[in-house]
Amino acid sequence: MTDEDRVFKALADPTRRFLLDRLFARDGRTLTELESELEMSRFGVMKHLKVLEDASLVVTRRSGREKLHFLNPVPIRLIHDRWIDKYTERRVSALVELKAELEAEA
Amino acid sequence: MTTTDATATTVTTQVYRVYIKTSAQAIWDAITKPEWTARYGYTGYVDYDLRPGGAYLVRASEEFRAGAEARGNELPEVIIEGEVLEADPPHRLVTTFHMLMDPQIASEGTTRITHEIKELDGGYCSLTLTHELDGAPTLALIVGGALESEGAGGGHAWVLSDLKSLLETGTTLAG
Repeated sequence: MTDEDRVFKALADPTRRFLLDRLFARDGRTLTELESELEMSRFGVMKHLKVLEDASLVVTRRSGREKLHFLNPVPIRLIHDRWIDKYTERRVSALVELKAELEAEA
Repeated sequence: MTTTDATATTVTTQVYRVYIKTSAQAIWDAITKPEWTARYGYTGYVDYDLRPGGAYLVRASEEFRAGAEARGNELPEVIIEGEVLEADPPHRLVTTFHMLMDPQIASEGTTRITHEIKELDGGYCSLTLTHELDGAPTLALIVGGALESEGAGGGHAWVLSDLKSLLETGTTLAG
């Protein structure tokens, strides 16, 4: 499996995307903090974090006795830079803005 | 340290990791030599005195200066100033980092960047960049890539993606 495959596989799961969103909102969390936001066993959350770590979307760092989880945006950036060239980017961001506007009105 | 303190500290730290198919020495050179840093990301010329207490300076490239001036920002001669805290080539570099590009960002505190390079199997290395950004909320937005649509560049994730591209293919994303 290539690095890119790991990233797409890791992102293809709502629980893992939820975990990334939580880390985006506030970075550097412990397993206990992340677990408290999910209706899932500690073991289940650990398994999802492992998949995210294998894809390098999450990087852990020790701080004293705690293991902190950080969102690593680089793999997503690599996919962005690989798949979205300058021209499509402009079109894509126009569509993203349109979607946001229409949904805000709704 | 109480839990609250730990949380307050970690919120302001950003961690980035990229895997690059090259040697640790090549990555080290790409970070510490101006002929390399002028070729990717924000394209500045670094000037490191690679020993504890040594100076770390970045001067803007002509390209970067022209871009900033086109947006009405006059840049100082030195745009980033810091001090080398640890230098263990080609594996570990710790410096302070103080952005001087504009007075508002310059008024924020001095931050700290750690680069760690590890050799892995298969000819790959990992490069981990940790930026401790206490007291520097605007700089945190810039290096986090949040101000990219305002012309501030894509921050560390963009720089590392560009660095990987340069070292693996010989060209950057801009071509």
